[in-house]
Amino acid sequence: MSASRAVLDVLLENARYDVEDIARQTDLDADDVEAAIADLESSGAVRGYKPVVDWNNVEEEYVRAEVELNVELDRETSYADIARRIARYPAVDSLKLVSGNYDFAVDVQGPSMQEVSQFVSEQIAPIPEVTQTVTHFVMETYKDSGIEFDDYDEDDRLSVSP
Amino acid sequence: MLTVDISERARETPPSGIRRYFELAEERDDIISLGVGEPDFSAPWAARQAAIDSLERGRTSYTANRGRRELRERISQHVERYDLAYDPEDEILVTTGVSEAVDLAMRALVDPGDTVAVAEPAYLSYPPTARLAGGDVLPVPTREADDFALTYGALDRAGAEDADVLVYCFPNNPTGAVLTDDDLRGVADFAREHDLTVLADEVYAALTYDGEHRSIATLPGMRDRTLVFNGFSKAYAMTGLRLGYVLGPAEVIDAMNRIHQYTMLSAPTTAQHAAIEALDSCDDAVADMVSQYDRRRRFVLSRFAEMGLDCFTARGAFYVFPEIPGGDDEAFAEDLIQEQGVAVVPGRVFGDSGAGHLRVTYATGMEELRESMDRIEAFLDGR
Repeated sequence: MSASRAVLDVLLENARYDVEDIARQTDLDADDVEAAIADLESSGAVRGYKPVVDWNNVEEEYVRAEVELNVELDRETSYADIARRIARYPAVDSLKLVSGNYDFAVDVQGPSMQEVSQFVSEQIAPIPEVTQTVTHFVMETYKDSGIEFDDYDEDDRLSVSP
Repeated sequence: MLTVDISERARETPPSGIRRYFELAEERDDIISLGVGEPDFSAPWAARQAAIDSLERGRTSYTANRGRRELRERISQHVERYDLAYDPEDEILVTTGVSEAVDLAMRALVDPGDTVAVAEPAYLSYPPTARLAGGDVLPVPTREADDFALTYGALDRAGAEDADVLVYCFPNNPTGAVLTDDDLRGVADFAREHDLTVLADEVYAALTYDGEHRSIATLPGMRDRTLVFNGFSKAYAMTGLRLGYVLGPAEVIDAMNRIHQYTMLSAPTTAQHAAIEALDSCDDAVADMVSQYDRRRRFVLSRFAEMGLDCFTARGAFYVFPEIPGGDDEAFAEDLIQEQGVAVVPGRVFGDSGAGHLRVTYATGMEELRESMDRIEAFLDGR
């Protein structure tokens, strides 16, 4: 396994490990870890680092919707062109071209249902190539980015065992 | 006044040497335990779901004594990855953990007065089960100079040529040692030369880092004199489901099964359903756990090296076995629990050759592992 791949594995588990701890886990020098991280970032493999948040436990309103978008392409407009236009909005958290019944899957976030609805109807729907939007408000999140939002991880092992 | 007469055999069976450390650890509520002999993960979800499904379908009866046929077939296919070939019909017995299998083997193979050579440091159950079967125990110490591997020389030095049975566990609990091909050849040579039956506890086989696990039963002439033990506890994080198996010549498996049918009848049915699914679909989950253990192993070895704690490079299981300054591992472990709230197990518990060392389990989340290393470092600084 390359140094970059080994470092990426550790970051995928927890991107907050400091360089020293990543070095210890991978048998690399701290300098090599720094270099591997720089490499991952400059090559575009790692695009950023963010926490996984359970918004139920943050004392403010937060609304998330998954929006299905259908679009109609013409000779001058590609999927990438439409995607660029949609992705620029800060309210768009993620944007993917998908196979199946619709073209784009868009995650939209906002402080209230009204603002999210407004954003979809006033900013997304009017885009000329967009033929249809279906908005699904997220009601409950059980797992995000590989992390389950439950409290079942208590360690019930005996404290000393053979 | 107790009117029941406890048997001599039970009276001579000592309480487990780890009990004292368990009690000390229970006294504190801020304990970080590196003293456990099991994974911190839960069994893969697919295996747990299979157990639940089996209960929903009402699968709560006994199974065949030897274990469900489809489980034995899958075990037979599974062990092909170690170049082992065993017939599900009569060369595989599914047991209630490897512990039961070891006990059965002792009872099936050891006559009163026979000698059981035990490679030490060793898992705690080998000497008592050998003695319960009427055997005499011959400790075979391994040395840090050999990275705690069992070698021809170790068997020779211990005088194991007159032993009848040799039992060992590699990858090893408590040291994390593995056997190289050379070590294995030496042990096999010794066993053939002196006609020993080998009980090879390979329950940690899947947790082998920096290389592939190899079973002694694959060496020339060894299959007929070896029992291979493995199970689901360590690799699949299923300790509490209690499921193991033993592979061996049909005559020995038959003898063990005759004892098993009266003492256990059959291994837990729910666990057998979980195990079938584990073998069918959980390779990726195991690989993920193994890579996490491997990272933690490197982390702990690095931290110990930085603290100046001598520790050979353990390449298996989820233990490291550092040598402690001063040499009194029992006092060290007690003080470490009381002063810093970190539980470990002193090496002496696993045999005299473990004295002066600690068994440190790294089957613990990284956050706790890091905190415990800080505490051990502070403890060392304060001495």
